[in-house]
Amino acid sequence: MEELIHVEHLVKEFPVRLGIFERALKGDKKPVVHAVDDVSFSIGKGEVLGLAGESGSGKSTTGRLILRLLDPTSGSVLYGGKDLAKVHVKEMHLMRPKMQVVFQDPNGSLSPRMTVGEAITQPLDIHGLLEPGERKDAVLNLMEKVGLSPAPFLYQKYPHQVSGGQCQRVVIARALITKPDFLVADEPIAMADVSVRALIMELLKDLKDEFSMTYLFITHDLATAKYLCDRIAVMYLGRIVEIGAKGDLFKHPHHPYTKALLQAVPIPDPSKRRTSEVVRGEIPSAINPPSGCHFHPRCPFAKPVCSEARPPLKDMGGGHFSACILD
Amino acid sequence: MTSETETGKVQAKPEPILQIKKLCIDYPIAIGTVQAVRDVSIDLYDGEALGLVGESGCGKSTLGLAILDLVREPGKIASGEILYHGRDILKMPKAEVLALRGQGVAMVFQNPLTSLNPLMKIKDHFLETIQQHKPDILKKDALRMTAELLEELGIDKKRMDDYPHQLSGGMRQRIMIALGLIMNPDIIIADEPTTSLDVIVEAGFVDLLNRLRMKFELSIILITHNLGLVAEIADRIVVMYGGKIMEEGTAEMIFHRPYHPYTAGLINCVPNIDVDQAKLTTMAGSPPDLVHPPKGCRFQPRCPKALERCAVEEPQLLTYRDGRRAACWLYPEEF
Repeated sequence: MEELIHVEHLVKEFPVRLGIFERALKGDKKPVVHAVDDVSFSIGKGEVLGLAGESGSGKSTTGRLILRLLDPTSGSVLYGGKDLAKVHVKEMHLMRPKMQVVFQDPNGSLSPRMTVGEAITQPLDIHGLLEPGERKDAVLNLMEKVGLSPAPFLYQKYPHQVSGGQCQRVVIARALITKPDFLVADEPIAMADVSVRALIMELLKDLKDEFSMTYLFITHDLATAKYLCDRIAVMYLGRIVEIGAKGDLFKHPHHPYTKALLQAVPIPDPSKRRTSEVVRGEIPSAINPPSGCHFHPRCPFAKPVCSEARPPLKDMGGGHFSACILD
Repeated sequence: MTSETETGKVQAKPEPILQIKKLCIDYPIAIGTVQAVRDVSIDLYDGEALGLVGESGCGKSTLGLAILDLVREPGKIASGEILYHGRDILKMPKAEVLALRGQGVAMVFQNPLTSLNPLMKIKDHFLETIQQHKPDILKKDALRMTAELLEELGIDKKRMDDYPHQLSGGMRQRIMIALGLIMNPDIIIADEPTTSLDVIVEAGFVDLLNRLRMKFELSIILITHNLGLVAEIADRIVVMYGGKIMEEGTAEMIFHRPYHPYTAGLINCVPNIDVDQAKLTTMAGSPPDLVHPPKGCRFQPRCPKALERCAVEEPQLLTYRDGRRAACWLYPEEF
């Protein structure tokens, strides 16, 4: 498969702001949050890659780095072979229409002062796409496609006048109006109601085929990831611990963290209640992450060697990689 | 419902510890009255875990608040009864209701950060609660009680001197549970208790709740839209839509043999990691306007199986032979 995105040794550290007393105590040693810690992967054209993990695992930061909404501390992101860090701001602006994003909270992503139609038209205005006379038709057309119908009626509504599910569709339409090749969907359904979730998931699936797009789908819900993605990368504290095709990863998980996550997913079936206890503890701070394998303090199979060195991603065959010393 | 209504055989069943009878709750607003809860009757038995599920706006949280007479202005309970051990909470004197909150029925809310006071240490939250209910308990006894309970919930008693922001999300949620349990209630109402938690922490919470249930002989009302969570905890499930009960039955009936098209729709639109799904079933449309609810069945405008009758006449909530209740014209006879 032809690669669209290639991520090489991506690192992002955020400085921690200290108060005056802490600075006096700690001297010059500035602590940093290791949000993304040497991550490499690629996404093929037309593929849906899921980025799964608990909050604080660095999945959203990775998404933003790929879109260059953040600049990496080190490492590179190649988009269609081009190193984004070396692309000039002006050229980046020209590339933006082709790479879009949908965030978690639709209400927070829409201006309350812009009508639905204005919000969806804005990317066309900014990038000077289409003739001004053609824009409205294009917007109405797309609105119908994402299920915002009757489009001429909803076109004039403000975000507070439409439902939460419709708001999320507006955000999706706004991202798609520039006909992107690549879409980062950052927990697009986390805030939605059960029935709305299913609708949004189906919509994303249909649109992907129709517009032949590539997705990076960020989620904490493995059941959703399984439903939408072709391949899944599991992140823990800034690192990818396992990556593989969805069938492989769910049937034969290698990394103990992936196993723990899979075991914890609630199954909507009372006859399949989980009988074993789950892994204890919570994701540690990314300021002083545990040494060696980040998961070792919670890992039921941890050995002394696990705290010594970072285990590399090992090939398990068929594009399935796992970063555990026990494999 | 655990009763058998087969002919000639009437099984004696225990008295429910909580009975909600024909409860109606209104929110008067400028353009009319929101009929938030309509004619809801639910029995809760000793030691049972009851799941209350539905989409946002279906009235499940309002119902949970009503059990402790906590419905906020302008909302008001228009009619109905809430019997706790046979006594109507809505007719109790104020002082008795205050005593009941915490000692009889405790509530665990969804967001621990907004429920805990950021300026108070963890132990002071407990002291406040204990002294409110039992002013004559000595401070050192109260602290000992707190320490014991926290250890039971897997929290080091040293954390009692911490402030809420120093604890992780999972720990704060356990503190909320502990605050609910400290006065030894027999019913816990948990309203979306895991929405702010990560999946592994959520699973740990499920384990904890199931363990506490046995140990403290608790009855639980779990209010949530998370069907996975309900499947893991609840014995019996009430499905609400537009302020009304659509269906009620054991977890097994609701998930495996739902009668009501809304129940079926709700269950089929959840991705299940255990099954390979090619397509999710979706439900078009959005929940009803409760100021002007649709004529007939409230779900009828979205219902894939709606009959002509559904838009004209409202179906009654009937009890069927297997003990379930459902309000749907597809099942007009009690069978």
